[in-house]
This record gives sequence, structure tokens and C-alpha cells, in this order.
Amino acid sequence: MAVKTADEILLPSERKMSRKEKRQYTLHEMKRNKMCYILMAPFMLLFLVFTVIPVCMSLPMGFCDFDMAHAPKWVGLQNFYTLFIEDDVFMGAIRTTLIFALFTGPLSYAMSFLLAWLINELHPVLKTVFTLVFYAPSMAGNIYFVWQLIFSGDSYGYLNSILMDLGITTTAIQWLTDGNYLLACVIIVQLWVSMGAGFLALRAGFQGIDKSMYEAGAIEGISNRWQELIHITIPSMGPQLMFAAVMQIVSSFTVDIVGRSLCGFPSTDYKAHTIMTHAFDYGWVRYEMGYSSAICFVLFLAMFVCNQLISKLLGKYLD
Amino acid sequence: MKKKELKPSEIAAQIEAENAAQLEALRKKREKEHRKMEKSKGTNKQVGKSWKNDIGIFLLLFIMGLFMIFPIYLSVVNSLKPVNEFFIMPPKLYTLAPTFDNFRDLFKVANNSWVPFSRNIFNSIFVTVVATVFEVFFASTAAFVLAKCRFPGAKVLNQIIVIALLFNSQVTYIMQYIVMAKLHMINTYSALILPLIPSSMGLYLMRQSVGQIPDAMIEAAKVDGASLLRICWGIVMPNSKPALMTIIIFQFQAAWNATGGSLVYDEALKTIPVVVQQIAAAGIARQGAIYASAVVLMIPPLAIFIAAQSQVMETMAHAGMKD
Repeated sequence: MAVKTADEILLPSERKMSRKEKRQYTLHEMKRNKMCYILMAPFMLLFLVFTVIPVCMSLPMGFCDFDMAHAPKWVGLQNFYTLFIEDDVFMGAIRTTLIFALFTGPLSYAMSFLLAWLINELHPVLKTVFTLVFYAPSMAGNIYFVWQLIFSGDSYGYLNSILMDLGITTTAIQWLTDGNYLLACVIIVQLWVSMGAGFLALRAGFQGIDKSMYEAGAIEGISNRWQELIHITIPSMGPQLMFAAVMQIVSSFTVDIVGRSLCGFPSTDYKAHTIMTHAFDYGWVRYEMGYSSAICFVLFLAMFVCNQLISKLLGKYLD
Repeated sequence: MKKKELKPSEIAAQIEAENAAQLEALRKKREKEHRKMEKSKGTNKQVGKSWKNDIGIFLLLFIMGLFMIFPIYLSVVNSLKPVNEFFIMPPKLYTLAPTFDNFRDLFKVANNSWVPFSRNIFNSIFVTVVATVFEVFFASTAAFVLAKCRFPGAKVLNQIIVIALLFNSQVTYIMQYIVMAKLHMINTYSALILPLIPSSMGLYLMRQSVGQIPDAMIEAAKVDGASLLRICWGIVMPNSKPALMTIIIFQFQAAWNATGGSLVYDEALKTIPVVVQQIAAAGIARQGAIYASAVVLMIPPLAIFIAAQSQVMETMAHAGMKD
């Protein structure tokens, strides 16, 4: 019996192939998996049109001067130059966005994890009630204008009225127009709406953990909830943790509408003026789409870097 | 018994016996705990827990919950306040004479605009239902393929999906507008519905959940000769009900709150949130109507969440998948 050569033993995918063979093999594989592509097609087509193309367009558009009425005009690095060298408001916007990202990002991430964990320890009925209570604000969508009642600058505002009753202040504080308080107010409201998708994913994750893992853990000598959390819960929740982190990055880097609707646009001294607000300003108020695209592109980049950092951190628990 | 007389094999046997006895005791203890756990009405009692802990957790959550619920409570109370109570000093946390005048006012104002309010309600429901149904079908099928099938390009697509999570519609909005203008979609229903369907978040979440289903199940079905579509909807999806419910909740919420912004300017195409914004723009004079509209907007997502949430709980209670 002839000895088999390596080529005959190895699978086609493991063999060393020439470029032509490789192409043929890929084509063959594609034909064999035709059904996969057909099943994905509806989603991927829409995804291409409404996400991939817009994102890919934002870089070249950032090099253009485009006002929607005339054809785009190539201006090279002009937009980026203006953005970083001349635009003082943008520098302020970066600062504000970073403050938001630092406060609402990690804080609300930790908060949603903690809350999801604590809720999971309760009786099923209470679980349902508390999940609803914490998720309700982000579900209620556009109703953050309710906070205007609380932070209202006159003495009809609930916060002012309470503080004045307690004798802490004697005059009404302009919460939403005073540069000293405005940022804190927007951060509070942002935290309020931030128990969203990430929180729900974490809730589902806690519930999905196999209970026998805890029993096994107890036999292995885990004696308190803290150890349980570190050794069982977190490692088995990698995907949900990463998902929640991404949601948090997106929501904290793109803070915009809350600040705009609470503090007005533009806000006092541009205190609540984030990068996203800046993009909105140039895109929809001044119709400088090219400049606005440049801003969005910078934001994409920042989010992407942040995302990579976090996935490095959580890497060992993923997939 | 003297130790030095024992052979190594005997020592080993002795130690083994001791270990076995210990394990047996531990097993009995666990069994007892397990029985207790079963009795305690489904609460997943684990180690080191007591009712004192539970009360502490409850109190902590209760206080934080108050913070979360307070603004919503305020908007409900304010929607029921008669006009004169808005000017009472100091502001009250309750209403003395609850009335539905604000809701009546809201519908009257909304009906006095160019198109009847019923048209806006229809728009909202139509957009939400179509966007949710298509997203759930498209995203779950695509998620199954991405998670469980190997084909050229799968890796790249999976990476793109993760990165795409960062590009939410808010950031891509301006570019989307330009693309849609090129496709002549501005001011049509498709401008409202189509961008909502390819939600990368729904796809990602679904993919993560489908990925946790054991390959053996899918292989078995393949051996039985089931087609991919049948495996997807007959085997994988029934086992991913919580994830399906979750993406329904997200999508419903996103679609219900979608305003379309500059994509739609025809009055006959506007959804409820847009009309509400227009009414709210009237300011202090419509104080009551603003909060009434907030309550009206809030109810459907809340209702569907409560409905889907109980389903998720039920699914989880029965979804004790072994291995």
C-alpha cells in the first residue's frame, strides 16, 4: 500500500495551496454555502445602504466643502485644520465630551452591573418590578423635559422649592443656565436615561448563568457572594459585559440631545456643548455638511479607540 | 494502629476513604440546601445568603428606584393637574383635583392641526410594527448564519458587526440623509422605516445569544437533513426566546420614538413624537398638554415591555437546558 502524501491526509482548508487553487476553493466554498448568503442578504443589504456606506462616506466628505445645494468641493485637510487649530468651541466641546464620557461612562456601567446583579438576587416578582423601574426612564424616550420641572430656575422648580424649604438657599438657583451647575444637571439626567440596552443585556446575562455553576462553585470552596462574582459570574458574562460597555461608550460619547433640550442651544458659555452638539450645529443649523462630517469622523475614531481598549481589557472573557 | 506498619498503598486507601466520607457529608449538606432551595418558591438561593441580605438589597434598590421613577411620577401627576394648580407655591407632589382635561386638550390641539391626529397615530403604529417585524426576522436569521455557519467572509462580517455597534444612527444621520436623498427616499414611509431595520445592536445581541447554543444540536439537525432555514426557526430561535424578546423591546422602543427628523416633512407622514414636540413647543401655555403627551408616548413601550418581560421570565423558568 502506498504511503499517503500530506496533501491527501490534510483537509482542503489545511493544505498549502497556490493562489489559483485558493480562489477556486473559496469559490467552491461560497457555492456550497450559498444558502448562508441568501439568508443574510436582506439584513446585509439594508445594513450596507444605511450604515456601511454612510460611515465610509464620512471620511471623504470630511475633506470636502459641501452645503447640500452645490456639488461637494475638495478642500483637502482644510476642515481638520480649522477644527483643531482655529475652532475654540470645538476644543471646549472635546473637554465637555470627555467629562461626560468619564462621568456617565464608567459610572453608569458600574451602576448597571451592580443593579442587574442585585436585582437578580431577589424574588422573581420583585425582579420584574425593579427591572421595569430602572429600565423605564430610557424607555420613556423623549420625556427628559420632565427634568425641567425639577431643575426649573424659578421657585416653581421642585429642587429649588425643596432647598428653600430646608433653608439651604434663600434664592432660586438657575440650575440649567448657571455655568456652574448646568453640566452636573445634564450628567444626572444622562445617568437617569442610561440604564438602557446594556442594563437589560446584563440582566439577561445574570439570568442565563447556569445555576449548577454556583453549586459546583460551592463544592469547590467558594464561600461568599464576592468570590462568586469574581470567579463564576463575571467570567461567564463576557459577551454581555462587552456589549454593555459598547453601549455605554456610544451613549456617553454621543451625549447631545439631553443637553440641548434641557439647557437650550447653544447653552450658557457652551458649557453643555459636546462634540455631537457641534456636529449638529454645523450639519443642520449652518448646513456645512463637510465640516460636520469631519467632526463625526473624529468622533468615530475616538469611539473606536476606546472600544479597542475595552475589548483588550475584557478580551479573556470573550468568545 | 501504627502508621509505620502500613504500606503506602494502604495509606492511600485510608486517605481516599477519609476523602470519600468528607465528600459524602458535603453532598448530604448540599442536598439539604438544594431541597431548601427548591422549596423557596423559585428564588435562586445560593451560598452564604440570608433574608437579612435580601432586605438590604431591597432597601438599596428601593431608594435608587425612587430616583429613577420620580420624574416619571411627576409627569403623570402633572398630566392630571388642572391648570390653576401649576401656579401653586410651593409646587405640590400630588394633585388636589385630578382631571383628564389635559388629555382632552392634547387631542383637541392635535386634531386642529393640518391632518387628523388619527393619521399620526396610524403612522406611528404602522412604522413601529413594520420595522419591528422585519428587524426581528432579518436580524435573527442573519445572526444565526453569522454565529453558526462557516463560509468565506464570515470572520470579516462578524468583525464589521461589532465595530458597527459604535456607529449609531445619531452619528451617521447626516450621511444617511445624503444617501437617502440620492435614493429619492426623502419624505416617504421608507425613509422612516428602512433605516430602522438594519439595527447592528439587534444583530449583535442575537448573535451573542445564538452563539451560546451548543453546536451539537445544530449538527444533529443537519444530519437529519433539515435545511438551514428550518434549523434557524425550528431549533435555534425557540431556544433564544429571551434574546428575541429583548430585541423586540429595543426595536419597538426605537421605532416608537423615531421622529424621522429632516427625513420626513409632510404632515401626513409625521409620527406621534413629532406632533408632541410641536405641541410642546407652545411652552408654558400648554404645560398640562405637554405632560399628558409624555404619558401618552410612554404607555405603549411600557406596555410591550411588561408583556415581553413576563414572557422572558417564563421562558427562562422552562429553559433549563442541560449540557
